[in-house]
Amino acid sequence: MDKAVYSMGNIDIAWCPGCGNFNIKDILTEALAELEIPPEKLVVVSGIGQAAKIPHYIKTHFFNGLHGRALPPATAIKAVNPELTVIAESGDGDMYGEGGNHLIHAMRRNPDITNIVHNNMVYGLTKGQASPTSQCGFKTPVQVKGVILAPFNPIALAVALDASFVARVFSGDTEQTKDILKKAITHKGYALVDIFQPCVSFNKVNTYEWFKEHTYYLDDSHDVRDRTMAFERAVESDKFPLGIFYINPEKNTFEENIGLYREDRTPLPFREAPIKQKLQKIIDSNR
Amino acid sequence: MAEKSDATNKDFSIVLCGQAGQGVQTVENILVHVLKLCGYHVYATKEYMSRVRGGMNSTEIRVSSSEVAAYVDRMDILIPFHPEAFAHLEKRLRPETIVIGDRKNICRDCPPEVKHFIDVPLEDIAKEIGGRIYINTLSAAVVLGLFRAPRDVAGGFIKKVFLRKGEDIVQKNLQAIERGCDIGEKLLESEGIDLALSSHPDVEKEILLNGAEAVGLGALAGGCNFLSSYPMSPSTGVMVFLAQHAGEFGLVVEQAEDEISAINMALGASYAGARAMVTTSGGGFALMIEGVSLAGMIETPVVIHVAQRPGPATGLPTRTEQGDLEMVLYSGHGEFPRVLYAPGKLEDAVYLTQRAFNIADKYQIPVFILTDQYLMDSYYNIYLPDLKELKIEKHIVETAADYKRFALTEDGLSPRGIPGYGSGLVGVDSDEHDAEAHITEDLDLRTKMVEKRLAKMNLVERDVIPPELVGPEDYRILLIGWGSTYKPVTEALGLLSREDLSFLHFTQVYPLPAGTLEFLEKAEKLIIIENNATSQFSRLIKLNTGLDIEDKLLKYSGLPFSVEDIVDRIREILR
Repeated sequence: MDKAVYSMGNIDIAWCPGCGNFNIKDILTEALAELEIPPEKLVVVSGIGQAAKIPHYIKTHFFNGLHGRALPPATAIKAVNPELTVIAESGDGDMYGEGGNHLIHAMRRNPDITNIVHNNMVYGLTKGQASPTSQCGFKTPVQVKGVILAPFNPIALAVALDASFVARVFSGDTEQTKDILKKAITHKGYALVDIFQPCVSFNKVNTYEWFKEHTYYLDDSHDVRDRTMAFERAVESDKFPLGIFYINPEKNTFEENIGLYREDRTPLPFREAPIKQKLQKIIDSNR
Repeated sequence: MAEKSDATNKDFSIVLCGQAGQGVQTVENILVHVLKLCGYHVYATKEYMSRVRGGMNSTEIRVSSSEVAAYVDRMDILIPFHPEAFAHLEKRLRPETIVIGDRKNICRDCPPEVKHFIDVPLEDIAKEIGGRIYINTLSAAVVLGLFRAPRDVAGGFIKKVFLRKGEDIVQKNLQAIERGCDIGEKLLESEGIDLALSSHPDVEKEILLNGAEAVGLGALAGGCNFLSSYPMSPSTGVMVFLAQHAGEFGLVVEQAEDEISAINMALGASYAGARAMVTTSGGGFALMIEGVSLAGMIETPVVIHVAQRPGPATGLPTRTEQGDLEMVLYSGHGEFPRVLYAPGKLEDAVYLTQRAFNIADKYQIPVFILTDQYLMDSYYNIYLPDLKELKIEKHIVETAADYKRFALTEDGLSPRGIPGYGSGLVGVDSDEHDAEAHITEDLDLRTKMVEKRLAKMNLVERDVIPPELVGPEDYRILLIGWGSTYKPVTEALGLLSREDLSFLHFTQVYPLPAGTLEFLEKAEKLIIIENNATSQFSRLIKLNTGLDIEDKLLKYSGLPFSVEDIVDRIREILR
C-alpha cells in the first residue's frame, strides 16, 4: 500500500520546523502502509499537546479527546469494534503526567492497542515547563533552579506491570523505529512505544546529538521474554537502551477477556440484539 | 391499631432494625417477596450507615391492600435485632407500635415508650433449629404468620433462595418458616392483633424492583451495550445489575480506574457506535465533568446516571438528598445542550432511562438521569405492560467517502457516522473544529459551530416531557416537586384531601416544559418541596418563568421526606 493514502495533502502543520514529530508521522504512515492497514480500518486516538495533534495530519478516523485521556476512549473503541486498529498517541506530558492513572490501568487491562508516546522530556505547547520525563537539574521558567523530581521511567513501569509489549525508539533512527512500530502494531495486546524525540524549541539539552550520545541499541543477547532482564535494562540511565525490552505474548487481551466475541465476532454496533425475550426473562424472574 | 380505621392504616408498616451484617436484609428479602406473592402491595426502603459491619441500620416494609410506595415515620411493628435499635428509632416509637423481640437477648431494657411488647425467644428457637443464623428466617416467618401467609408460598420462596446452600440448610430454613408462622398465627389471637388485608391476584403478575434495578432495566430496554463506571454509593446498584446481565445482553461492563476514565471510555465507546452509559454519584460526577464538556463538543451521545447523596465532599455516603441539580445542570465548561430527567417513581426510572438512550442518540448530546439514594434503595411492585414494545431508536448513518462528521446543517444536527461503517472517515476533536473535525481558529467558523451546537436545543425542546398534575385542575394551592419526592407527596396529598390543593411533579427538569408558567400562574399559592437546603429547583423555575416561590418545604438531614413530614408541614404552611 502506498503511504500516500494517509496524506492530508498540502495542509498547515502546527509543529515547529525541525521537530521530531514530522519524522514520527512519516515513519508511522510508512509502517501502516507496509502493514496494509487502510485508513478506514484505523483509529488514532490522542489527547492534548503538540504530539497529540498528529491525527489531524494523517488521513484516518480519529478521536482527539481531552488532555491525558487518550487511553480510556482508545480502550473502549477497540472493545466496541475489535476489527479496528487502534493507536493511542500523545506526548510525555499527556500520557505520563495528566494520564498517568490511565496508563497504569491500560497496561493491566491489556487492550489490543498501540500506545505511542512522543517523549521529548519537556512541555512544548505550554512553552517549556518540565515534563514527567525531564532529567534532574533541567531548568525551565517554572523549574527555575532545575527539576528536583526524579524522572518518570515509563519502561520500568511497563515491565513492572507486565505490559505485553514494551519498547523505546529514537525518532532520528527511521528504519529501527519503523521496524519496532510495525511489531508493536501487529502485537496482540497493549504495546508501549516510547519515542525519544528532540524538542527544537524548548529543550536545548536533550538534542539530536544528546540522544545519539546517550542511547544504545539492545543486541541479540537481550531476551525479550525475560522480565527480570528487561527490568535491569529498563532502569539503566547512563546510556538509555533502545529497542524492544519486553514481550509477553501469553496475555489475553481486554477484548478477549470481556467474553463478548468468543462466539460472535461481530462488533457491538453491528449486532442485532433481540432483547425482547431477554427482558421478559428478567421480568419473570422478578415476579 | 386494629381498631383504627384511619386511612394511614390500610397498610401496615414493619420496621426491622439491627447492625450491618446481622441479616436484616435477608428478613427484608423474604418478607417483600413472600408478601407480594400473597397478592399484597409491598414497599421497602432502608436507611443505613456507611460501614460494612456494626452501626445501626433500619429497613421499613409496608404491606398494603392498595398501592404504597412512600416512606412513613409510623411503625406498626418493630422487630429489633440489637438492643440499640430502640435508641436508634426513638423518635419514631409510638404507644401503638407493637414490638416483637427476644426479651432475654435483645430487649432486656425496653424503653417506657414501648407499650405493647411481645416476647418471642427467637434465639433459643433458632438454636433448636440449628443455630443463631436461623433467627432471620424465623423472624420473617413470625411476621408472615401475622399476615396468615400460606406456608407453601413462603416455603417455595425459601427453597428458591437457599437452593444453592444445600438440602440441610433448606430443610432447617423450612423448619424456621413452620415454627415462625405458628408463632405469628397464635399471636393474632393471644395478643388481639388484626392485620387483615385484602389481597389482589394482579399483584403477583407485577414485578418487584428497586430504583437501581429500574434504571438498569431501562438501560437494557434502551439498548445499552456499554457501561463504564467507578463504584460509588448510592449509584453502584445500577452497575451491579448491568454486570449481572452483561453476558446475556451482550454488553461491556467495565469498572474503570476512576470516574475520569469511566466517562472518557463511555465517549470512546459511543464514538465507535455503542450505546454508552455511566453511573455515579456527586463526588464521582465532579470528576466526570470535563468529560461532559467533551460530550458537548464532540456531539457524542452518552447517558449519565447521577444518584445523589448529601454533600459537600464525601458528605453522607449512604443517605439521600436532591442537592446536585445545579451541579448537573451547569456541569461542563462551555455552552452546549443537554437534557435532565428526574424519575419520580420506579416506572419513570425504567421508561426515562430507556428514553434517555434514544434522546442522546437522536440529538448527539449528554442526557442525565438524576436519582438519589431514596429512589435507588426503594423497592416496590410495579406493572410494566409495554416494556418490550419500547423501541431502540438508532440514528447512526452509513458514511460516504466525502463524509464530514460536523457538516453544517440547517437544524444543527450533523448525521452521525461511526468508524468502520461506510467508506467515510469519522473524526472528532475536543478543540474547536471544522466540519471534518480538524482544529480550527477560524473565528467565523467558531461562531457557526457554537450556533450549530446550540441550535440542537431547539430540537430538544420539542421533545420535552410535560409535568404531571396530581389533584384537581382548579387548584388554588400548588405544590411543586421533582424527582423522588413523587410518591411521598402524592400519598400525603391523599391524606390532606383538600379540594384546592394539587401537586405538579416534574420528571424532566431541563429543559423545563413550555407550559410551566401557565400551571404556576393558575395558583394563588405556590409551595415547593425539595430534599435540599437551598431549593435549587425553585431557582431554575424562577430563571424560566420569572416567578418566585416563597413557601419552601425543604429537608436536608440526609433522610427522605416521610409522608407525615409532608402532611404536617403543609398543614403548618396552610394554617
